Amino acid sequence: MKPASTVCAVREELVQLIVNINLMIFDVFASNVLLPFLVLRRTQVEMLSGGDMLLRALQDEGVELIFGYPGGAALHIYDAIYRQDKVEHILVRHEQAATHAADGYARATGKVGTVLVTSGPGATNAITGIATAFMDSIPMVVISGQVPSDKIGQDAFQETDMIGVSRPIVKHSFQVRHASEIPDTVKKAYYIAGSGRPGPVVIDIPKDIVNPADTFEYSYPDTIKMRSYTPASRGHSGQIKKAVQMLLDAKRPVIYSGGGVIQGNSSELLVELTHKLNFPITSTLMGLGAYPASDKQFLGMLGMHGTFEANTAMHHSDVILAIGARFDDRVTNTIEKFCPTAKIIHIDIDPASISKTVTADVPIVGAVDLVLTEMLAVLKEANSSPDESAIGEWWQQIDEWRERHGIYTQSRYKTDGDKIMPQDVIKVLHEVTGGDAYVSSDVGQHQMFAAQYYGFDKPRRWINSGGLGTMGFGLPAAMGAQYADRDAVSVCVTGEGSIQMCIQELSTCLQYNLPIKIICLNNQALGMVRQWQTMFYEGRYASSLYEDSLPDFVKLAEAYGHVGIRVTKPEELKAKMEECFALKDRVVFMDVMVDQSEHVFPMHVAPNGSMRDMLLSKTERT
Amino acid sequence: MRRIISVLMENTPGALSRVVGLFSQRGYNIETLTVAPTEDESLSRLTVTTHGDDHVIEQITKNLNKLIDVVKLVDLTEGAHIERELMMIKVKATGAQRAEIKRCVDIFRGQIVDVSSTIYTIQLVGTSDKLDAFSQAVGDAAILEVVRSGVSGIARGEKVLSI
Repeated sequence: MKPASTVCAVREELVQLIVNINLMIFDVFASNVLLPFLVLRRTQVEMLSGGDMLLRALQDEGVELIFGYPGGAALHIYDAIYRQDKVEHILVRHEQAATHAADGYARATGKVGTVLVTSGPGATNAITGIATAFMDSIPMVVISGQVPSDKIGQDAFQETDMIGVSRPIVKHSFQVRHASEIPDTVKKAYYIAGSGRPGPVVIDIPKDIVNPADTFEYSYPDTIKMRSYTPASRGHSGQIKKAVQMLLDAKRPVIYSGGGVIQGNSSELLVELTHKLNFPITSTLMGLGAYPASDKQFLGMLGMHGTFEANTAMHHSDVILAIGARFDDRVTNTIEKFCPTAKIIHIDIDPASISKTVTADVPIVGAVDLVLTEMLAVLKEANSSPDESAIGEWWQQIDEWRERHGIYTQSRYKTDGDKIMPQDVIKVLHEVTGGDAYVSSDVGQHQMFAAQYYGFDKPRRWINSGGLGTMGFGLPAAMGAQYADRDAVSVCVTGEGSIQMCIQELSTCLQYNLPIKIICLNNQALGMVRQWQTMFYEGRYASSLYEDSLPDFVKLAEAYGHVGIRVTKPEELKAKMEECFALKDRVVFMDVMVDQSEHVFPMHVAPNGSMRDMLLSKTERT
Repeated sequence: MRRIISVLMENTPGALSRVVGLFSQRGYNIETLTVAPTEDESLSRLTVTTHGDDHVIEQITKNLNKLIDVVKLVDLTEGAHIERELMMIKVKATGAQRAEIKRCVDIFRGQIVDVSSTIYTIQLVGTSDKLDAFSQAVGDAAILEVVRSGVSGIARGEKVLSI
């Protein structure tokens, strides 16, 4: 042993000697040869002002579009925008619209949307849009100007504590304290917004930080690591195996898919898994399009205005595979009565979503694409399939439910009247657009009709505010979606109530040549409010009627430089719709006068109802 | 059930407000809260005591973990742990009371840290229960002012909360 260790020690000494000699050589080399070069390099380091740095960082991050609105505290940044040509800025007419447009862009493309607003009212106007994005887990970075650092806290002109005001509705926020922090902050903001469970991130920048007179070294990091942030990736293999076994043993299974499948770009995997298992599948409002609506295994949407077959199948199921869905109250109805016989497998990237309202029997925390890929592999390996006769019987039962009360096996609303039925408008819209348009919506009856009757076959085509339920979302979101593909058809399905909440964006559409088609289901009332007042308040229509004061939307569209078309008779609907979409390069406002008395059905019985307790029409219930 | 959650978080502006905000936003209650930087100045350690059933506590820890500023956390009540709270209490101490209170302080192993002709200021360290018991022993009538630090805790044995 001893000689060996001596040899070792000698070797170590030798190595040390060689290192020392090398260092000496390097020192000489560095001082004579490298030093001038290093000095030269240093003079080549880019010196940029905070404003220019921000724009360079956005370019280096790959940002193509900013939706925003200028103001005092943001003017240095706007000047930096003016002096470059890689990032395009879209001037909206209200900051709320900037956030919704960036949101629509993010939903349609899967990229992170970018917003720029000024301090104070600019920042607070953006709040509704940030909350909308937060509730639906939409990746977005909102850059807000702020009063100069030395004025913060002094109630300066247009000062708002944006970090404080936005805190409960952001995934994270930053206030930049020094210009040199800008590159890292931008990198972190986009990373946080787009990874894990996506969400909005605010960067608040005081005006002095972006002062053009002060320049600093700029370099953009390639990657960023944060010790306090590691989003979930792979699911737990043991749990996945357990889940697959549960699926194979299931007799009355349902796949319940949500917005997470779209966010996780996993539609193909979902279709593969669903086909392989031959299971029925339903989707949340947010998840529509992840699984093709035209596929025979699709039961339609579930929840408050879900189909009879989807809700009833959920209620009677023995295994529910929830993927990227969060058991929202609009889905579950009374939580204590939710699917009494079902075992629940819940896949979600956010551990806090699991067992929040409904306890999961097999929780799987992970990115949906990785989990589904592994599930498919385990399924293949297991080399077995679900009980064919049990699944066959289950399908027989479901088909019987479809026949009995399904809204796709026959029209469950009156079709012989002289008034246009809102459902028919959506059906005709589907027909005329080939079911292939980007469809955004506002919030209310028209939103539910669009969700029920458009039949989305592709992900990222259905763009609506599901969680927050923000009226005014539709038109700016359609603008954002149009930027996903300038040649695609972008439609906003709206009502005469919602559209007036962001109607000023008609002006933005003109400026940037965004040929949005607005399909306004005009029932001359706040339809969903009126429906509830009819059903639960004995027809006392408190503040939901305004027939005598509605604008002439055709003239309004024309005043904004667009085309307006009014439709009043059922028989002219199809032709007018075709006329609307034939005007490819124009914004067309279709004011469709629909039956005011029509309600959205099916509708969950509440309070105290279960998933299967539904009103099917004004006179029938389950 | 009462729980002590210990959180290691980035020592950055706004981090504390995010933690506190989370509790009010989601309707969780905070009984006590202490926070200070650690030996690594980039980190703060926050201890919060709260009440809730297993479901609520699970949600609290999950949502705390979701905060970007939170690096690590542990529910100390899940294992063997030591908890301490510091109390400073000002009491009337006149006449025969003076000796009685002094005895009481000795029994509770506290220290009298300031004295005037009519007042003792006492410092006492222990579990929250012990501090409650002392206050009770002295009696409301004698107490002039109480300040408590809130609970700090650390796990027993080898377990360490660090990065």
